[in-house]
Amino acid sequence: MVEAPDGLHGEGFFATSLSKVIGLARANSMWPLPFATSCCGIEFMATMGSNYDLARFGSERMSFSPRQADLLMVMGTIAKKMGPILRQVYEQMAEPRWVISVGACASSGGIFDTYSVLQGIDRIIPVDVYVPGCPPRPEQIIDGVMRIQDLVKNESLRRRNTPEYKQLLASYGIE
Amino acid sequence: MALNNETVLSRLKEHFGDAVLDSYENFDYLNIEIDASRNAEILRFLKIDTQMNFIYLTDLCAVHMPDQTGKELGVVYHLHNLEENYRLRIKAWLNINNPEIASATSIWKGANWMERETYDFFGVVFTGHPNLRRILNVDHMEVFPLRKEFPLEDSTREDKDDRFFGR
Repeated sequence: MVEAPDGLHGEGFFATSLSKVIGLARANSMWPLPFATSCCGIEFMATMGSNYDLARFGSERMSFSPRQADLLMVMGTIAKKMGPILRQVYEQMAEPRWVISVGACASSGGIFDTYSVLQGIDRIIPVDVYVPGCPPRPEQIIDGVMRIQDLVKNESLRRRNTPEYKQLLASYGIE
Repeated sequence: MALNNETVLSRLKEHFGDAVLDSYENFDYLNIEIDASRNAEILRFLKIDTQMNFIYLTDLCAVHMPDQTGKELGVVYHLHNLEENYRLRIKAWLNINNPEIASATSIWKGANWMERETYDFFGVVFTGHPNLRRILNVDHMEVFPLRKEFPLEDSTREDKDDRFFGR
């Protein structure tokens, strides 16, 4: 059970702000899009499996269509040739959308400091949470998802309309 | 007749004479250096000749030796006679200022992607190739990354402190 947000309650009623209710609903029904390209993706499979069970946090349904996904999970080395594809997947996601970068390669290029590998996905799309590790354990991935949940719960409903957010997207050249 | 290093070398020399520039053995494995301008006829002979019968092109790649002036780029063909399980390595050296060599795609179909890869990484131009463009790297890459003059590391990183890399 998820804790109820702060609010007024009495006999037969409960009142709170709409943004808290929506934040609560969004945070506990995240639909992740796994973008798994290498060994971090294997760790993610364990994270989804029954031992670690990411479904406990409301992420039961993997969305393999970006149109219905809330959370883009990038796990693994992104080659420069994969960059435009990842960017297109991000662009196809509807707002609000969040991105988690799992592992050293997705976050910084990792050990692959070479001409063919993108040195961190934050060069092409904005990232909300970075999970360190090579590869990170499933507990770390779950922790990253929980940090995303914190962001989702506390996000203002107007954030996606703010000039700061538009400026952030514009700095990546995303409409 | 079983193939061995002597029979293969003597048959090639008998047919192509001075196009066979050099030969040597590494770990009992015969290497033959040939005249790059005649590679197509030699390779075709190695495939269709009933004694040679190298029907399988195991690999095709290149090497860059910047110190060998005038023959910096080497194209290496690894051939395999599947019936006798005999392998052969053919090398053809090119001048880096004019890295052109005839394509082997009309001899072995499998050479198509191997030649594209070799072009991608070393810039060897295979004349007669049906679709010679990059295969693994991004299309807009401007360098041939496995040539020695190009750095292996990504050039866009700003966060690396040379003191920690012994430079």
